[in-house]
Amino acid sequence: MRWYSFLPLIGFVVMAIYFGLGLRQDPSSIPSQLIDEPFPIINLPALEGREFGLSNEDLQGHVSLVNVFGTWCAPCVVEHPMLMLIKRTEIVPIYGIDWRDQPGAGTEWLARRGDPYRLVGNDADGHAAIDLGVTGAPETFLLDREGRVRYHHIGIITQENWNETLLPMIRELQNS
Amino acid sequence: MIAEIGQFVLILAFCVAISQPILLAAGLRARDPVFHSVARAGALAQFALIAAAFVCLTWLFAVSDFSVLVVAENSHTSKPFLYKLTGVWGNHEGSMLLWVLILTSYTAALALTAKQVAPRLITLTFAVQSAVTSAFIGFLLFTSNPFERLDFLPENGRDLNPLLQDPGLASHPPMLYAGYVGFSITFAFAVAALIEGRADARWARIVRPWALAAWSFLTFGIMLGASWAYYELGWGGWWAWDPVENASLLPWLAGTAFIHSLRVMEKRDTLKSWTILLAILAFSLSLAGTFLVRSGVLTSVHSFAVDPQRGVFILAILIAVIGGALTLYGLRAHTLKPTGVFSTISRESALLLNNLVLASACALVFFGTFYPLFITTVSDQTISIGAPFYNRTFNPMLAALLVLLPIGSMLAWKRGKLGPILRKLLPALLIALIAVALALWLSFTGSLAGALGAGLALWIGVGVVLDITSRIKLAQIPLAASMTRLRNLPLGIWGMFVSHLGVAMIVFAITGVSAWNQEERAFLQTGRGASSTLQIAGYDITLVEVRDLRRENYIGDEGVLELSRNGRVLETMTAERRFYPVRQMPTTESAIATRWWGDVYATIGPEVPGRGWPVHIYLYPFALLLWIGGGVASLGGVLSIADRGRRSLGTPRSGVSGLSKPAGKG
Amino acid sequence: MIRVLFLSLFLSLAGPVSGGAFAVSPGPDEIMPDPDLEARATQLYGQLRCVVCQSQSLAHSNATLAADMRGVVRDRLLAGQSNQEILDYMQVRYGDYVLMLPPLQGNTMILWLMPGLLLIGGGIGIFLFLRQQNIRANSGTQETLDPAEETRLAKLLAEEGQE
Repeated sequence: MRWYSFLPLIGFVVMAIYFGLGLRQDPSSIPSQLIDEPFPIINLPALEGREFGLSNEDLQGHVSLVNVFGTWCAPCVVEHPMLMLIKRTEIVPIYGIDWRDQPGAGTEWLARRGDPYRLVGNDADGHAAIDLGVTGAPETFLLDREGRVRYHHIGIITQENWNETLLPMIRELQNS
Repeated sequence: MIAEIGQFVLILAFCVAISQPILLAAGLRARDPVFHSVARAGALAQFALIAAAFVCLTWLFAVSDFSVLVVAENSHTSKPFLYKLTGVWGNHEGSMLLWVLILTSYTAALALTAKQVAPRLITLTFAVQSAVTSAFIGFLLFTSNPFERLDFLPENGRDLNPLLQDPGLASHPPMLYAGYVGFSITFAFAVAALIEGRADARWARIVRPWALAAWSFLTFGIMLGASWAYYELGWGGWWAWDPVENASLLPWLAGTAFIHSLRVMEKRDTLKSWTILLAILAFSLSLAGTFLVRSGVLTSVHSFAVDPQRGVFILAILIAVIGGALTLYGLRAHTLKPTGVFSTISRESALLLNNLVLASACALVFFGTFYPLFITTVSDQTISIGAPFYNRTFNPMLAALLVLLPIGSMLAWKRGKLGPILRKLLPALLIALIAVALALWLSFTGSLAGALGAGLALWIGVGVVLDITSRIKLAQIPLAASMTRLRNLPLGIWGMFVSHLGVAMIVFAITGVSAWNQEERAFLQTGRGASSTLQIAGYDITLVEVRDLRRENYIGDEGVLELSRNGRVLETMTAERRFYPVRQMPTTESAIATRWWGDVYATIGPEVPGRGWPVHIYLYPFALLLWIGGGVASLGGVLSIADRGRRSLGTPRSGVSGLSKPAGKG
Repeated sequence: MIRVLFLSLFLSLAGPVSGGAFAVSPGPDEIMPDPDLEARATQLYGQLRCVVCQSQSLAHSNATLAADMRGVVRDRLLAGQSNQEILDYMQVRYGDYVLMLPPLQGNTMILWLMPGLLLIGGGIGIFLFLRQQNIRANSGTQETLDPAEETRLAKLLAEEGQE
């Protein structure tokens, strides 16, 4: 028996292991590039009918959450009550970025459903979202006191996400 | 009722399929020839039962029986009837049933055509084939049952993805599957040979028509898929190096290497273990492709709805089938001893080079497709690999192979001389160089890569012509004698000529579409004035009007465009924007005007108030030649199958005695 | 699963809401006035992957995010950045994934070396095979022919060799 005749089999076994491991992964998720980086420079105007927008100074000096949403985004509707809940606990402020909405849409949506955000920036052309490496909505960033990104949550924030991941991290950052 | 019948025959088919390996193994041990007829009967029975199941499923789609899950998920009463039928395979479960149908069709075809030559080999082949079939029927029954019922009866279905409601869909998957699945027979033959401990020129001769059939179908199927992408996706893109496209290219590359190395095995009774390995690889790659598409391991525009449970089952099939075959290969490959030899400069070594490049290209594409997956499993980085990578690596490899093609096909068997061949090919070189010059001068873009591509295409094409003239000794012997030789050229040789000509056409077309294409876009108003006209390469495109569009299951806009040159209207084209309400999906239907030199390709976007209608025009030179070339290449394979002189045993070719037969006789 | 859900929703809803999506992209409103910049833009579109469609480049994707990314590319071209700087800009934000051409770095080295390795490896394999074949031929396992047969053989090979 020639040893090299077994090379194809060995190659296949290696492949099969990777395939097996690959089955447990979500191929469409792209890892966040922003962890431990300072939050990108943004200077977003206010939503229609409001006075203040969102810029980096607003995010300095305290732990905060930045949530990217849009009125066209159905999962954002599902997430909204959770955000209102977080607001009511007064543990951490939430800042919003209204991604790619028509003028006035964001204001109307928040008026109708409730506004969990301390401030909202209007990212009408979507460039700020690109700066954040956002690929869908909703996405949420957790920032520390210095305005550095510590965690990037993709998708809806559930009670479980809050209890098990976000809240402990927020507490730790606030007490450091 | 019909669904239950379908379910029942599917279970029966599973029982028959799984019984075959057991029965046939017992029969071979007992050396009882009656088991050969058991194999035949089993093969035909499997086919009949699966065909019945398929008919049942088609019926369910035709009558829109929404109590069945797949029909509800993929059909709708307002869908045109043709697409109700073709929708049978527009989903995971139905296409899997189609796969199994084609699998059993091949088995039945083998049963009907296999002569009494090599009965042990054939019986073993049936056993292996049935084992594979039972694995896939099991997959259907346990994870992807097409006949699964819903607990309730929906009012209507979810409709078929509009991108799939297209005549291209009717033909692309069945053709492609005929290719993938065809390699299951050659795989079974290879495993049978390993079990027997014997593979020789006789084996190669028996297997070759099946390999050619699979290859021809696969070539045609890939060509159909590429043409469908070209017409459907809105910008004339026909190959994106998408993982699922690569999944069809991989068995094709292995299969092309396979049909060429089979020739060497036939002629010289050598390269055996390599050829057997290729047979195993070709089908393994088909299976890997199945895994890719249906397991959710990679995302792609082509992916079916994903379900990890299915992925696990397919992986299990892969491990059993491929792992088993490769283990057997490791254990038994050494029993396949070559007997023939050939010199370093010969047709055989040219084919060996052919195999080197094709196998390397295959490994390259495999790596490129699965590498991102490997990276994500071991780190938290992701990378992606797209067309630019393959353009820099795959294209040069294939180009190098194609340069060698005319030389290789003219080399003598066993012992050849390069000098005379290069001299014979001089006209081809000259014409190629002229083509390069002309292309630089005349083409839209004057690109160097394009000129070289044109030169390569002519080098191959003229090389084929020179090959023919050389074989018939044109201008060296009387014309009548040459004509006689021409008539007597075996069909297999004609197959080679035709396929290689097809390749030349494809190379030329790819050059045209990629290197000489043009593009213009603008906002147009409807009408005939200057604000309604776009100019490109001397042609005028005028947006004459935009009409409302209302059909059975979609609404939208229809733009009427006129193609003219120097004031003379050449053709009227319609580009559409459709919206399918049930699936809430928009699509674009491009307008394509085919001239002799290429396609004028137009798409229209949604009206922008105040600006007009965005219109996008492309010029794709020689696009049509791409599809024709694919068809011609595929036809060459079919011609070779029809060559009986290479299949039957002991039939000496006229004028040459038995000395030319390889040492290993049956 | 949720990812697939809201991505597909995004794609389907972005159309009616942000208007101009599902244009034939890139649309006429995306042409840059300077032809050199436009050529560079087109080249860059082909090198950047649409991160929501995942199988298309920016050059052909209809997604709104792709249109936004093209907009960013154009802004940066106008700001005078080089092609590499723009690619780096996108890479910083989306990772190596967004580059169609994998960068030459530690974890992609083997990918780039693969073609060369394959051909060389295969070449060595062929060389070894031919050498072994010569050993077989010279070890006398082939029948020897007398001169008359040799001549006849040569003549037949010459004829047959044309096939």
